[in-house]
Amino acid sequence: MTQRTIAMAQIATHLGDVDANLALHLEMIEKARSQAAELIVFPELSLTGYVLQDLTPTVARQPVPEDPTFSPLLKASNDIDIIVGFVEAESRHRFYIAAAYLSGGQVLHVHRKVYLPTYGLFDEGRFFAWGDQVRAFDSPFGRIGILICEDFWHASPPYLLWLDGAEIMFLISASPGRGISGDERLESARWVERINQAYASLFTTFVIHTNRVGFEDGLHFWGGATAFDPNGEMLARGPYHEPALTVVKLDLAQLHRTRVRLPLLRDERTALMQRELERILRQPK
Amino acid sequence: MNDPNPTLEINTELATRILIEFIQTEIQRAGFEKAVIGVSGGVDSALSCVLTARALGPENVLALFLPYATTSAESQQHAQAIIESTGVKSETLPITPMVEPLLTTIPEDEQVRRGNIMARMRMIVLYDRSVSFNGLVIGTGNKTEILLGYTTLYGDSACAINPLGDLYKTQVRQLARALTIPAEIIEKPPSADLWSGQTDEGELGFTYEEVDRLLVLLVDNRYDVEACVGAGFKRKFVETILERIRRNQFKRLMPPIAKLSNRTVGYDFLYLRDWGT
Repeated sequence: MTQRTIAMAQIATHLGDVDANLALHLEMIEKARSQAAELIVFPELSLTGYVLQDLTPTVARQPVPEDPTFSPLLKASNDIDIIVGFVEAESRHRFYIAAAYLSGGQVLHVHRKVYLPTYGLFDEGRFFAWGDQVRAFDSPFGRIGILICEDFWHASPPYLLWLDGAEIMFLISASPGRGISGDERLESARWVERINQAYASLFTTFVIHTNRVGFEDGLHFWGGATAFDPNGEMLARGPYHEPALTVVKLDLAQLHRTRVRLPLLRDERTALMQRELERILRQPK
Repeated sequence: MNDPNPTLEINTELATRILIEFIQTEIQRAGFEKAVIGVSGGVDSALSCVLTARALGPENVLALFLPYATTSAESQQHAQAIIESTGVKSETLPITPMVEPLLTTIPEDEQVRRGNIMARMRMIVLYDRSVSFNGLVIGTGNKTEILLGYTTLYGDSACAINPLGDLYKTQVRQLARALTIPAEIIEKPPSADLWSGQTDEGELGFTYEEVDRLLVLLVDNRYDVEACVGAGFKRKFVETILERIRRNQFKRLMPPIAKLSNRTVGYDFLYLRDWGT
């Protein structure tokens, strides 16, 4: 069975109201189940909202069964796998922008955002600690990886996931819309779609992207979830600027077909890459 | 973007959609359903009124026309045209009898002072009427006037939310055309209408079209003076505008609070307005 059904949830979160967001998650999970989805993917910081600033410590959670927010989500994950965005409180009082993969009542993986944009309208480095790992992991969908927003504005995290065996990359965002022009899409939307398509093509993987919608003060988030196949073809796109649950079917066998035709992973010169990278890093600046 | 001739063109459908949803969402999250807006007969308030009427429904919008003795008949006709075409509720409240006592009590006749008093009186009336109408005040200031500081502090700049503040005047006109605001409102010379024959462009000394082309280079595209001169602008003009932007920064920020404690509003007490909603 290589056909898998994934639901991409683009929701409008409540800023700092975790209970309200949890209720919204459970509602969307129910909806995804009713459409026979086997996995639902929520956006970055889906349980908390994005511009948290001084709300950060108050919305932080630990992804454990004892946590009142994660308990119902873990329970729901017995019926459908869930990727959820949250603020992770770690035992040493550091806070991470994180995403958890929940399946069969267990937390299979937590990714902590590695790249915290702290420029322009972004101020994440002021409030959050950065993650220090990029790892693929095994799931009921095969070997997969998760990255959060700015993580995939850099080429290295998707590259590492590729080498670590990820066959599906789940990219989740809270991307504020910006850059209006004569085009029907915002510059931010065009940019993200372009690189997601490029990753799918270059790494011959599935790339699933979810982005939230709604407003926080004057910032708006543009939605537009996308799924690309290992040929770089778009399989599905959610609507822009409105809440939606976009269900997409993946044929995992496409990975085999594409990689037989285009053996980029087989031919990747990782030792050369390592050698040259070490040389570059040794060079005096 | 390094386009040496950046366009000010916007996709009007996209802008309309974002601005309407912004008005809806932010009014509701503040716990309201209604809005109050001052209409002057000019294109900025006409556009703000049209967007707000679409966002909340015309029955939930109260447009106030607040003429002073010197307000032109044309302004009244244009304000009326927008009120009628949008179907919003409206009131006309002449501010002359409110402004005159202050001008008489302190008889220092100076045009800028009179203009500021009128703008602030309109603010008082807008906020006063917003209470019994149970609505929030919608702003009408555009990006050009915010950057140039061509606005009265606590006067026309006072509002709860501002849908137009990231649109240059040129873009306001483009969006107004797309939303079928009458051409005579869009094309007449912009005026604060504070005295007969006053025009913004006469007072500022340049046209909005000209300054918008410069502002988009300076602000949006981060050009320095040399690069602007290279793009064809006169050095003196570029420097005058830069200085004007710098000098008016105070109008764009809340007043600074002198820091004494470990946690101070404005510095390290950081929450959005949408906190908890």
